[in-house]
Amino acid sequence: MTVPRFQARVLVRLRPSVLDPAGEAARGAAARLGVEGISKLRIGKAVELEIEAADAAEARSRIELLSDRLFANPVIEDWSLELLDS
Amino acid sequence: MSIGVIVFPGSNCDRDVLWATQGCLGLPTRRIWHEETDLSGLDAVVLPGGFSYGDYLRCGAIARFAPALRSLVEFTAQGGRVLGICNGFQVLTELGLLPGALTRNRDLHFICEDVNLTVVSARTTWLQNYSAKGHLTLPIAHGEGRYQCSEDTLKQLQDDDAIALRYGNNPNGSVDDIAGITNPKGNVLGLMPHPERACDPATGGVEGRAMLQALLN
Repeated sequence: MTVPRFQARVLVRLRPSVLDPAGEAARGAAARLGVEGISKLRIGKAVELEIEAADAAEARSRIELLSDRLFANPVIEDWSLELLDS
Repeated sequence: MSIGVIVFPGSNCDRDVLWATQGCLGLPTRRIWHEETDLSGLDAVVLPGGFSYGDYLRCGAIARFAPALRSLVEFTAQGGRVLGICNGFQVLTELGLLPGALTRNRDLHFICEDVNLTVVSARTTWLQNYSAKGHLTLPIAHGEGRYQCSEDTLKQLQDDDAIALRYGNNPNGSVDDIAGITNPKGNVLGLMPHPERACDPATGGVEGRAMLQALLN
């Protein structure tokens, strides 16, 4: 019996209250490119991973632990998880 | 009495600390590779500046899982003195030994310059030698030194008298101009400025000396 494999993507973003200077710099560059109307631009990161687990709930709980303790720092960052059957 | 300096892959101020503590001040110091777990015989531990594990993910995020730091948590609980400088401060926040987090400077620049600092609290022995004068000048060298914390945490820091140093002219956008903080017990100090780079008259001021001297006080 093969162990089910899941694909996941964790999106990590700065909390809304935390200034994102890189996002602000990119927003400035967008204006210089001539693209107008951008009122908000914030940069985060995406972590893509594959995980073997007995079921989706097990996969989810392990990735949640990873997200909370490693991928994101809850003091300044939020994260969200998308989990897909592989 | 002796000091340990934890060396991660990517640390680059460990030798500076060694020169400052042992070379300039004559305090016995040994370097400790991050995979070591034996901190016995040490009275104080320094987490030096640099880019531990390349600072991948976030500054200090991976260093936090180093075997030496598991021992450091216990060392701290037993009252051992811990000084985190720059990347070392970032590691201490990731590890949860100090509250808050350090992130990208407000203006995105890597800033390398001398800064004027106000001594906010002489509650701990780290800064007692500076309290009469009330301020000091130390170099900073960081791209991610913007101290961030929640309003509740800031209030807690203020209530605990745990804000140790503030910037005179905030270079990076830190909350409440914070440059360094201590834990409630006072045995842990984390700061972005580099006291070890202000110990040898050949390379500038010597205003960092008293802070490093306090490692063994």
